[in-house]
Amino acid sequence: MNGGQAIVQALLDEGVETVFGYPGGAVLPLYDVLYDSELKHILVRHEQCAAHAADGYARASGKVGVCMATSGPGATNLVTGIATAYMDSSPIIAIAGQVATQLIGNDAFQEVDMLGITMPITKHSFRPNNPNDIPRIIKSSFKIARTGRPGPVVIDLPKDIQEAELDEYINRPFKLPGYKPTLKGHPLQIKRAVNAIINAKKPVILAGGGVIISGASKELRKLAKIIRAPVTTTLLGKGSFPEDHPYSLGMLGMHGRKVANLTVNECDCLIAIGCRFSDRTTGNIAEFAPNAKIIHIDIDPAEIGKNIEVDIPIVGDAKKVLQDILKILEKKDINSEKKEWIEKTIKFRNKCMPRMSFDKEIPLKPQQAIKEIMETIDDDTIVTTDVGQNQMWMAHFYTSKKPRKFISSGGLGTMGFGFPAAMGAKMALPEEDVVAVCGDGGFLMVSQDLATLREYDIPITICIMDNRRLGMVAQWQRLFYDERMSHTHLGEVPDFVKLAEAYNIDAEKVEKPGEVKEALKNAIKSGGPTIIDIVIDPMEILPMVPPGRGLTEIVGEYKVETKTIKKEKVEGE
Amino acid sequence: MELKTHIISTIVQHKPGVLQRVSGLFTRRGFNIESITVGESETPGLARMTIIAKGDDKLLEQLTKQLNKLIDVIKVRDLEPTNIVQRELCLIKVHAPEERARSEIIQYANIFRGRIIDVSTETLTVEITGDTNKIDAFIELMTGFGIKELARTGPTAMSRGPKTI
Ligand SMILES: Cc1ncc(C[n+]2csc(CCOP(=O)(O)OP(=O)(O)O)c2C)c(N)n1
Repeated sequence: MNGGQAIVQALLDEGVETVFGYPGGAVLPLYDVLYDSELKHILVRHEQCAAHAADGYARASGKVGVCMATSGPGATNLVTGIATAYMDSSPIIAIAGQVATQLIGNDAFQEVDMLGITMPITKHSFRPNNPNDIPRIIKSSFKIARTGRPGPVVIDLPKDIQEAELDEYINRPFKLPGYKPTLKGHPLQIKRAVNAIINAKKPVILAGGGVIISGASKELRKLAKIIRAPVTTTLLGKGSFPEDHPYSLGMLGMHGRKVANLTVNECDCLIAIGCRFSDRTTGNIAEFAPNAKIIHIDIDPAEIGKNIEVDIPIVGDAKKVLQDILKILEKKDINSEKKEWIEKTIKFRNKCMPRMSFDKEIPLKPQQAIKEIMETIDDDTIVTTDVGQNQMWMAHFYTSKKPRKFISSGGLGTMGFGFPAAMGAKMALPEEDVVAVCGDGGFLMVSQDLATLREYDIPITICIMDNRRLGMVAQWQRLFYDERMSHTHLGEVPDFVKLAEAYNIDAEKVEKPGEVKEALKNAIKSGGPTIIDIVIDPMEILPMVPPGRGLTEIVGEYKVETKTIKKEKVEGE
Repeated sequence: MELKTHIISTIVQHKPGVLQRVSGLFTRRGFNIESITVGESETPGLARMTIIAKGDDKLLEQLTKQLNKLIDVIKVRDLEPTNIVQRELCLIKVHAPEERARSEIIQYANIFRGRIIDVSTETLTVEITGDTNKIDAFIELMTGFGIKELARTGPTAMSRGPKTI
């Protein structure tokens, strides 16, 4: 068995079925093995898409996504995708070819210091210098990528090591004495947290991506119900708590919901779970949750106290910690004042529900487009977004009900993420419908991969929120730069329907209310890849908190739904 | 916040790339490294790194946590500066063409428990170990003669008494 064969075998041993990649000289030995392997390889049209697809695969399924590329330019094309996965704690493994061991350091053809380049954006990295280590490296990589706080692992793979013969295939992970994630929360801290929760009059829960990663949604719902706390989420926490639940406030932060921002501002106890207090979530930290005792539960000790001073830190896995907290709480009598708080919050929430119905307006309002998307797809449909206004409209208006169904690039804010991530998600969960919502700018960064979509017949629907603008940047220019629209107008090219035609992909342009619904219904029914070019109002902006300001300082017009909302029970669930 | 000098002792895997991972963290988080020494520890396969760095307490806490996250880092401890032994090695090549200068340098070296480790017609090279202050003081004395070359290792340190990290 040679190194290449050992890689494929080790991947199969880990249960990998699909990898996304692009070949080249330095990974030829590995690709030669792929030729007659049962591992499914998806040939993307740009390595960045391989990394994003692996990421989408991981986020949708909770499994590890795998991508591969050749050395040098192939490897550097993976970098944006690796950084994206790192910022959002997504477990991917990136295998990059490297020039032969004896050439390393010589500025050989297509040599780049991939380990050096990716050190700050990986959880760990490996370079085997002995083919016998390959199975152990793969095994260890999977362990590191998916346990503790998940993250990307890079394997830098010299060509000669892929070719060299193994003496023995030993498939046990390395001993990793420096790697011991803390899973169980400290009992004393848990007790302190419970006391703080019981004594609070106005508790709020802030749920982040960690809740989804640890599978703690059930526990989260229980906690909210017992202590009658409204729940807001970060962007990555979207779906950790059903957003149609009366206790849900939607997303918090710069582009979050008004009700969430104002409620967090008022709360006296903030229970933050699996989130990292990004500046996009907190606004100006000096003004964040000014009256609250803050409890922070996170598996990564380095996140605690990094951005926000915390009163009660608990390091541990969200699910385990919540279970321990619930065990104590369930025996206690929770004070009745909290009932008033949740009632008041729900009333307030209903009063500032953002408006979504614009059923007559042309150009289409993005809110209306999202409403129609929502009315067409079901709770199990996976939606990915790109980055920009399209993403924030989705985060703001789209009601996500289940974990792992809303996939978006948060920490890095990577344009070009939505479409390849949707491909990856569909490969992971072929039974589920997958819809990518993209901006026209972001989609064009990766549109070459329409070829991949057609070639492998991956039936996803791409909704392009077509405003012929770099919408989010244009929004900032309108709000903060005196309407000096410097280089954010995209012009009229391309014609997305014709572009799709070139790739032999079905496409439709929609411009009127009602048409999105119709087109999306047909697209999903068609069972093939489809593009819907949704022409929307380019002037529409989303209210936001200006950078550096406190969460209460929302600018931009906040249109509120005036239709009466049905009365909701406090008990929830 | 107040900037303090911290002496961080770590046990790491003795492997290529580990120093880069550690020092990279410092750069990325804006922490200034004054010196870093690495060498084998009491356990085969593990190295001890002593990092002297300046920063405020919050940054230090973040850094220690980030260091702990590195898979190749096994232990991290911010040493209590009042309760440690620390030594630094310094080699100083001093200009000494005349007899009088030579005997003075030799005398000073003796007082500082240094050793002359190399002699030429124009120079003397002194080896001296000690804490940073002592070495600074010796260098100051030698400046008058003309220092031709100087190499310092930066301190390496551990806790006093039976305590280990
Ligand atoms: C790779 C990359 N380049 C630049 C940016 C900066 N940026 C953030 S949003 C945005 C505009 C996105 O425009 P578009 O894709 O059309 O989406 P819209 O905001 O109009 O929905 C830009 C340029 C980014 N996030 N990522």
